[in-house]
Amino acid sequence: MTDYLQIWEDLGLDIDRHNTLLDILPGVYQDVYLSQENRPEGMKYFDFVVSEIHGLRVKELVEHKEKGGKVFGTFCVYVPDELIIAAGGAAVGLCGGTDFSIPAAEEILPRNLCPLIKSAFGFKVSRTCPYFEVADLVVGETTCDGKKKTWEIFGEHAPMYVMELPQCKEEGDKELWFHELYRFKDKVEEVTSNTITSENLIEAINIVDARRAALQRLFDLRKSDPTPISGLDALLISQIYFYDEPVRFTNQVNELCDELEERIQKGEGAFSKGTTRMLTAGTPMAIPHWKLHNIVEKSGAAIVCEESCVGTRSLTGETESKGDSLDDLLESIGERQFKINCACFTPNDERLDDIIDLAREYKIDGVIQYVLQFCQPFSIESVKVQQALEKAGIPSISIESDYSMEDVGQLQTRIEAFLEVVG
Amino acid sequence: MKVIGLDIGSRTIALVEFDGQDIVNFEITDTGANSLERCRKLLEGREYENLVATGYGRHLLASHFGSNVVTEIKAYAQGAHFLYPDARSVIDIGGQDSKTISLNGNGGVLKFEMNDRCAAGTGRFLETMARVMGMPIEEFGQYALSANGISVKVNSMCTVFAESEVISLIAKNEDGRRIALGLHEAISERIAGMVRRVGLKQRIVFAGGVAKNPCITRLLSQKLGWGLTMPEEPQIVGALGAAIIAYRQIADS
Repeated sequence: MTDYLQIWEDLGLDIDRHNTLLDILPGVYQDVYLSQENRPEGMKYFDFVVSEIHGLRVKELVEHKEKGGKVFGTFCVYVPDELIIAAGGAAVGLCGGTDFSIPAAEEILPRNLCPLIKSAFGFKVSRTCPYFEVADLVVGETTCDGKKKTWEIFGEHAPMYVMELPQCKEEGDKELWFHELYRFKDKVEEVTSNTITSENLIEAINIVDARRAALQRLFDLRKSDPTPISGLDALLISQIYFYDEPVRFTNQVNELCDELEERIQKGEGAFSKGTTRMLTAGTPMAIPHWKLHNIVEKSGAAIVCEESCVGTRSLTGETESKGDSLDDLLESIGERQFKINCACFTPNDERLDDIIDLAREYKIDGVIQYVLQFCQPFSIESVKVQQALEKAGIPSISIESDYSMEDVGQLQTRIEAFLEVVG
Repeated sequence: MKVIGLDIGSRTIALVEFDGQDIVNFEITDTGANSLERCRKLLEGREYENLVATGYGRHLLASHFGSNVVTEIKAYAQGAHFLYPDARSVIDIGGQDSKTISLNGNGGVLKFEMNDRCAAGTGRFLETMARVMGMPIEEFGQYALSANGISVKVNSMCTVFAESEVISLIAKNEDGRRIALGLHEAISERIAGMVRRVGLKQRIVFAGGVAKNPCITRLLSQKLGWGLTMPEEPQIVGALGAAIIAYRQIADS
């Protein structure tokens, strides 16, 4: 990826440190991904995207800026890509998924904070992720205390904008969120110097909906036994969803799905028929956090669905507009988002129903609740999830972990034992 | 027909030779720095038709000896069931893991709990504390019992924090025996909580190296309100379970 050196230098990256990061990835990707058997041909595109992780897409974004376009960095499925795209902007997910950048964050932030926040913050302050540097505006939200207080400090290092996400699901909360959508629309227009019209917003909604539909199609195909694609590969696609060029991504996922449909017809899969099927539920897994999937699938079970922001929560709902006015469209976006059941809401019993529905739809043998360390909303909610699963007669295990490798031995024992119990 | 079960733990390796009826032979050795070499030595000259490995080093052994693997959870459940067919709960406290398991009448696992990466509630906790207090680990339990039931409360369950807490208690000239008892109480309370989470049922079998500590066994039994059954050789229960599974694999095929 030496071709990109000039771009990285222009973006002000810490080149030496960044090289260290890029040197780690190929070995890990080989061990975790390329060593898998029975992979679909269509994964080649996504392998390529990973091999170009800080290359081609960054180059595209730089070119987009050279043409006067703006780049928005986001962290949450509640931040509407539709508004960004309508104003001619590019949206790119910025969540951090590696402990590589955590020491830099811990020079400033408290240590007992969720690894996702620390990893993202660390990338910014150590200047080792080009996506943070290419962003004209970083958009945060008030999903949890860890994030909202971190944004105050993040704002010292980058242009920062925060959306206020309500904590309940009542009418007043919805009103607040709609207000936030209008406020964000104004901000996007200010940054891009473009006006959001009902025409360009409809176009943007179509792009985002098509992307969501493609990923939903992939998830639906995973309901087959044997599953046509490994959980690792599907997780990777859910991760790339957040930063790839949306139209190209949609086409590639649909092409892959065509291949997977053929596989299903032939009875072929990534695992053999009858393989133990797992659903994971909990916190997001940002790229390259593949730890849980790797342990589970190397232990012989298949993960067939992720109830996560990097998973089903990015697929929730459809945009159903009552009309073509800007107000109608914004309301339809807000209505769709309000069906996303994140643990930052209270009460959040709809999420318990979601998990049990998914468990049945995907014909799973067990649920692995996965919570990143120090994530209070999901950690506490895991108690209610466990109770609900027990009541429904669905076996589950709760795991708390982070991006480090020090607990892999224990996790492997616990997961293998769980598979022995349900298998 | 003879089979072997090997339990490669963080502190010790246990080997059991099994003929389908009885334990023919067993051996326990320290894991040391090169567990693979230790296993090779342990297996030298033994004849067996199947080998199943459990414990931390199970995958390492499998990749070098072509053995099958089973988790410690399943192995301890099987081993405890063989020794005591009416066992319904198993507590295993080893060098760096502690586990509680509830069993059905066939030795099958119903539910289990296991500590995560943290050393709280494991043999490592006791080892570290014994070292801070200058006691050999083998005598630590007896030493705590000699406090005659009067303990100094130790609040920290974290091995690192508890270590500094103990150092400050020593600096305050607290009686060492009472500090030792306080430490044993802390770990017992944590294990009792884990047992309650899987559902407490008689008979409770207490295995693993820490079962050799008389203070822990007494405190745990008090806290749970029931007697505990300690196998004669608590450290070989996992290897025995692995051997039983090894035997069944041959018999079934």
